Amino acid sequence: MAKVVKAKINGILLRVAEGTTILEAARSVQIKIPTLCKHPDLPASAACGICIVKAKGSNKMLRACCTPLEEGMEITTHDPEIVEIRRTVIELILSNHPNDCLKCGRNNNCELQKLTADFGITEEQFPQFLRDLPKDSSTNTIVLEPQKCILCGRCVEVCQDNQDVWALSFIERGIKTHISPAGQIQLGESPCVRCGQCSAHCPTGAIVEKDETGKVWDALRSEGKYCVVQIAPAVRVAIGEAFGFPMGANLTKKLYALLRRLGFKAVFDTSFAADVTIMEEASEFEERLLSGKKPLPLITSCCPAWVDFMEKFHPDMIEHFSSCKSPHEILGVLSKTYYAKKNNIDPAKIFNVSIMPCTAKKYEITRSNEMFASGYQDVDISLTTRELARMIKQAGIDFTTLPDEECDSILGEYAGAGVIFGATGGVMEAALRTAYNFITGKELGKVEFENVRGLKGVKESEVELDGKKIKIAVAHGLGNVEYVLGKIRQAKAQGKEMPYHFVEVMACVGGCVGGGGQPYMVTDELRRNRAEGLYQDDNDKQIRCSHQNPYIKRLYEEFLEKPLSDKAENLLHTHYKGRPVYRR
Amino acid sequence: MEEKAVSIEIKNLVEKWKGKEGNLIMILHEIQNHHGYVPRDISLKLSEMLDVPLARIYEVITFYNYFKLSPPGKHRISVCMGTACYLKGAPSLIEEIKDLLDVEEGKTTKDGLFHLDVVRCLGCCGLSPVLMIDDKVYGKVKKAEIADILAKHGKEG
Ligand code: SF4
Ligand code: SF4
Ligand code: SF4
Ligand code: FES
Ligand code: FES
Repeated sequence: MAKVVKAKINGILLRVAEGTTILEAARSVQIKIPTLCKHPDLPASAACGICIVKAKGSNKMLRACCTPLEEGMEITTHDPEIVEIRRTVIELILSNHPNDCLKCGRNNNCELQKLTADFGITEEQFPQFLRDLPKDSSTNTIVLEPQKCILCGRCVEVCQDNQDVWALSFIERGIKTHISPAGQIQLGESPCVRCGQCSAHCPTGAIVEKDETGKVWDALRSEGKYCVVQIAPAVRVAIGEAFGFPMGANLTKKLYALLRRLGFKAVFDTSFAADVTIMEEASEFEERLLSGKKPLPLITSCCPAWVDFMEKFHPDMIEHFSSCKSPHEILGVLSKTYYAKKNNIDPAKIFNVSIMPCTAKKYEITRSNEMFASGYQDVDISLTTRELARMIKQAGIDFTTLPDEECDSILGEYAGAGVIFGATGGVMEAALRTAYNFITGKELGKVEFENVRGLKGVKESEVELDGKKIKIAVAHGLGNVEYVLGKIRQAKAQGKEMPYHFVEVMACVGGCVGGGGQPYMVTDELRRNRAEGLYQDDNDKQIRCSHQNPYIKRLYEEFLEKPLSDKAENLLHTHYKGRPVYRR
Repeated sequence: MEEKAVSIEIKNLVEKWKGKEGNLIMILHEIQNHHGYVPRDISLKLSEMLDVPLARIYEVITFYNYFKLSPPGKHRISVCMGTACYLKGAPSLIEEIKDLLDVEEGKTTKDGLFHLDVVRCLGCCGLSPVLMIDDKVYGKVKKAEIADILAKHGKEG
């Protein structure tokens, strides 16, 4: 057991495990020390100095976010001098920060703005010196405004350490330090995979998702358009955070009602398309396992940031990739073909909006020609959870008391398997449920695969399939894939047996529940709660496996024939190609 | 630069400094000394061969004033931005130079004639604001004089 230290904070005696920071210790006795650079999800960078506190007997100020509480310390967190210093820290930051709040993507949701308000700063104490740094919208998914950057280092930390992409770094030093890709290039020419984790962690408006709510309002108001919407699994368990619901609250049916009120003609669910993905992917797996025509392991491909990462950094893995499109693309193409035909709607009029936890999907919708398989752009706009929250507020709808409604047929009703896609391990679990049936002809007694759930960075496991041991790996957070791919490569090079049969990768830590377009201030606790909400949804469903979903059966009977049919290949599958890490 | 030549040059350097502490900086030093700057295609190659992200290499290059990212200009203009010069109007001198030469800080003009650097205290604060072109020091410079000064060093008016 960890050693316990005894100390006092503001006169309150407390005992905490050795290594607990002053910040955390203070929180345990209801004392809130202000922070700015520190994100609860990330290690302390100790960059801003706003969290300073005093220790008795020392005239040095300590940074509470990175200093462990020590035996016998007597800490003061608030006195007039400390408050004054904190105020000065903020004033100095503001002297390098444009006063753009009213027109900023983070207005009313910005950590710097909040502190400025908390400290009652109403005047400029120092002359403003703004760095002449241009805005960068080149990724078409996130927008960089380095002028608003306060150099906290969070984005650099997530991009380099969690994601191992190294698109962003601190360039130059001293007063000129700024975030930037390497050299005089734009982020769109860098290795950035558009996962949006930087935007989800930035305390200010220096990195925000590209806001496309305006385009959706325009479409909704336009006479000639037939607006169709879908919501991804992970959105339903996170949107509530913006409206005061408890962590992980599942608001699926309120969202259906809401989207209808916003004016969408049909409200669909991406979880249904996830069931389709599973039909196709489980079939691919079966084919590879039994025929050996294409190599194992099969690697999942429903995360566009992961696909982009693979195409840039690991093109040697292309032959292992499932060719299946991501669920929202599948729903997009089905709505402009199957649904349009059955309901006699001109597909040219259909305007497809997908609400995603994700910034990378904004990139994916025009990624290649195959995203136009219906003859039109299959998904017209992809919004993040954060953008939807904004639309709800603009629409003046009281989301919290909205009565539940159901989604629309025929692209709505989903099996439990479809909704767990939003959590790391979910795609694997859903695929195993159906692959088991495809390969053995039997149904599983117990459909849960607990070994693939949870937040461990790489989850390796074995499952029995018809007497055969199937080895699987689930990785999330791109920084964790090197380990898995390394093992595959090594086995290949040495001509040994493959370490895995099936691999799932999601770019974001926790999977899509921790996506780059989700509400701010994500922590592991929040990721766990959001995932729990999805597993509960699965648990409550009568039908747990994709292949048992009657609407899926009908879709194949009436339209797609069977998984991997020519029609399915044309509409639901895609190709990959190596891409340069740097375009310049 | 020719792809092949780049490869060979980097390969030799990587070989030479392999396994040595701080090898990235040493290699960059050699490249800087040889070319007078660190060309981007060389950095890209180096990133590949050392398996170091390009972003890391740029962090290093831009952290030290010693490294340059573009070929050096014929004449180096150094404008002092020490406290004294700053207060006496150095920022407006820089603006004027940028305007007249169409150049950014740390960059070289398109014709390769001038390179503009902003430097810290040059140690002659009494003369502030101060600028230097190559070894020649100009003190108590007024914005209106900049055009003439540049002309002396070859800038056509
Ligand atoms: S979107 Fe992802 S890859 Fe791109 S800069 Fe941000 S963290 Fe890095
Ligand atoms: S862009 Fe945002 S996250 Fe990155 S260093 Fe600046 S303020 Fe911090
Ligand atoms: S894990 Fe999900 S949210 Fe994150 S980039 Fe991939 S698809 Fe998007
Ligand atoms: S919050 Fe501790 S230094 Fe920024
Ligand atoms: S401040 Fe410019 S010479 Fe000292």
